[in-house]
Amino acid sequence: MWRFVGIRLLQAIPVILAVITVTFFLVRVAPGGPFDGEKAVVPEVKAALEAQYRLDLPLWQQYTAYLGDLAQGDLGPSFKYPGRSVNELIASGLPITAELGFYALLIAVLIGGLAGVIASLKPNTAQDYIPMSAAMIGICMPSFLLGPILLLVFGIYLEWLPVSGWGDLPGDKILPAITLGSTYAAYVARLSRAGMLEVLSQDYIRTARAKGLPEWQVVVRHALRGGMMPVVAFLGPAFAGVLSGSFVVETIFGIPGLGRFYVQAAFNRDYTMILGTTVFLSTLIVLFNLLSDILAAWMNPRLRQQFSKG
Amino acid sequence: MLTVENLSVSFVTRMGTTQAVDDVSFNVKSGEITAIIGESGSGKSVACYSLLGLVPQPPGRIDSGRALFEGTDLLQLGESDLRKIRGRDIAMVFQDPMTCLNPYMTIGKQLMEPLRLHGKVSHADARHRALELLQEVGIRDPGSTFDNFPHQFSGGMRQRVMVAMALINEPKLLIADEPTTALDVTIQAQILKLLAELQQRRNIGIIFISHDLSVVADIADQIVVMEQGRVVEHGNREAIFENASHPYTRKLLSAIPTGANPHTVEGGDTLIRVQNLHTWFTENRETVKAVDDVSFEIRRGEVLGLVGESGSGKSTIGRSILRLVPVTSGTVSFDGTNLTALSRSAMTSMRQRMQIIFQDPFASLNPRMTIFDTLAEPLLLHGIENRRSVAQAVLQLMDKVGLARQFARKYPHEFSGGQRQRIAIGRALATRPEFVVADEPVSALDVTIQAQILELLHELGREEGLTMLFISHDLAVVRQVADRIIVLHEGKIVEQAQAETLFQQPQESYTQQLLKSIPGRSIRT
Repeated sequence: MWRFVGIRLLQAIPVILAVITVTFFLVRVAPGGPFDGEKAVVPEVKAALEAQYRLDLPLWQQYTAYLGDLAQGDLGPSFKYPGRSVNELIASGLPITAELGFYALLIAVLIGGLAGVIASLKPNTAQDYIPMSAAMIGICMPSFLLGPILLLVFGIYLEWLPVSGWGDLPGDKILPAITLGSTYAAYVARLSRAGMLEVLSQDYIRTARAKGLPEWQVVVRHALRGGMMPVVAFLGPAFAGVLSGSFVVETIFGIPGLGRFYVQAAFNRDYTMILGTTVFLSTLIVLFNLLSDILAAWMNPRLRQQFSKG
Repeated sequence: MLTVENLSVSFVTRMGTTQAVDDVSFNVKSGEITAIIGESGSGKSVACYSLLGLVPQPPGRIDSGRALFEGTDLLQLGESDLRKIRGRDIAMVFQDPMTCLNPYMTIGKQLMEPLRLHGKVSHADARHRALELLQEVGIRDPGSTFDNFPHQFSGGMRQRVMVAMALINEPKLLIADEPTTALDVTIQAQILKLLAELQQRRNIGIIFISHDLSVVADIADQIVVMEQGRVVEHGNREAIFENASHPYTRKLLSAIPTGANPHTVEGGDTLIRVQNLHTWFTENRETVKAVDDVSFEIRRGEVLGLVGESGSGKSTIGRSILRLVPVTSGTVSFDGTNLTALSRSAMTSMRQRMQIIFQDPFASLNPRMTIFDTLAEPLLLHGIENRRSVAQAVLQLMDKVGLARQFARKYPHEFSGGQRQRIAIGRALATRPEFVVADEPVSALDVTIQAQILELLHELGREEGLTMLFISHDLAVVRQVADRIIVLHEGKIVEQAQAETLFQQPQESYTQQLLKSIPGRSIRT
């Protein structure tokens, strides 16, 4: 197993290096720079700023210097938040985004999984069509549409839940988590339905029925584990997707998470911040994919055995 | 104990209604084995599954009938009452032990499940009982394998676990659906023996569903023959095997491969020489010696039978000769040319002279190509025909393998298994090869179809003067077609001899054991 993990981590290095390189040069190719504003800055001041942030060096030297810092875990200073490093900014936004992502995925797995299982039990009947149509709507509905609708209905008309903020008022985490989780719930529903349908047609399910097990026990004891395998494999990419995709929800609900920093950094040409967040998120994506692969392998007895061997 | 009267089951789909079981009656006595025999689609499994409510409704529908089990009509019971009977009074063993055990659950847990479900049994008692039963069905050292997962067992062992699981609540009736079809002959013989012993010892009734009359020839007390949903004949074993009255039963009986190849040939010069062939695979960093130092010759015009159980390396030898798998060491020469040393392009032109027919005609034909395209492809590829002349050649090929010409534009899914195997044979013979590897060409087919395909292979082989390597796990089939036979075991040659010599005077104990395992000896002699 450690061999497998080691190989996968080694494979990740060129991927992340490519991400860094492409992002590094792309942000610099994009028009405008971090110190171009509506108000003209005195040339001397601008030169001093550029010297401080190493922007006066040739591009390749900037690149190697950045890589050198990165190797030591230093993502550099933020251009737009003077005196604060990118590491600090990520560290302040990450816990909030991670918490939001966790709730969102929890909702996705619980609601989506349940809907998928229910649908799979009576395929091509109303019990299947209704949750699956809802899932289809969930996939099609963008969060910038769903968020404001939920806000209007539950925040403004019904006044049941707060409309913005994070951790200030009771219940202010509910709407953002639902908004962010709904798309993933829809995907989970479709994956778990397909997985369950596949497993329910297996011969060993017939064996379980022939033993006289009640249907719910057939489903829970014999089918669920195999049927949820596609969902497990999806969780890693989904969590990474939730982290990097949370900026819309964070913006709608005014949440000071990682996503908002990311978007602002792009508007501000905050080179180090863009790079830092990109590197950080792509590392997370690689790690979470690896984690869900390990989890999926561990859930399969045959693979688990091979894993523990080597 | 069980009396089934006038049972009719149909399947209602958007495509229409199919009568799967049509007015079927039979009965099962305790202490007897009742065999239900029929080819695929004859309704034999549906009839039995519907008794236990295991036919999904819809699309299934029980139209009429009664099934009295100890005085209770099973067909009138609701799901919750049926559930109490399933796994307690009536238990089942299924065909494929590879897929019928839950791969995510240890066999111990699966074994104890019916016991814990139907009775108030403590975990410790259940475990004790399960271990006892595993011992009884012949699992060595059950204590240490109790917490293993199914994939850690061989096919035969898994089927023993299935049998133990079915027996754990001491059922009165056991329904075994093709319980040995997926197993090797020696394992099949063991499981058949086990079932017969258990039935004697416990005095239970067994329904044994099978497509193969010879399998039940030694163990069945009563035989019910089904065709297209109907019972065409039933009677005790002697009546069926000695005085079958219905033509379909007689057809089934005559399809059982018996006796030897009537016209063996000596063969001419050596066409294929295999020397010190080793084909090894690496799986999970462990070396599997699929073929381990094998040498033999095939003479021009002869049919060489290659016999062995699964994992004996018989298919790998066939593929190694055609260079469809990489050879580890050794040489294969074809008509004096060393194939193992040929370049890829030289090998491609050699392929015209050697072809292969695979076991599964469902998987080995491209589902998106019409029969015409499938048959035309090798002709065009090797430049035997041009675009203009190919149509005529394909139609002639179809005539030769017994396919009606109007089928040319159809796709594989529109054909039955036997027809597909005809297509596969046509494809293999398109380039007029000198040598054909037939890798289990009839083992996926019903017995009557199997007999037809063997007949076709035999005829074509003689007509074209084909040299053939006929690979099979079924000794009776090989005996019928081969001139000479090689017996393989764990990648090595155990014995080789002229076909009849091998059957009459087997020298090695492994060969003797294989021959003893052929079911239905009582009818073959």
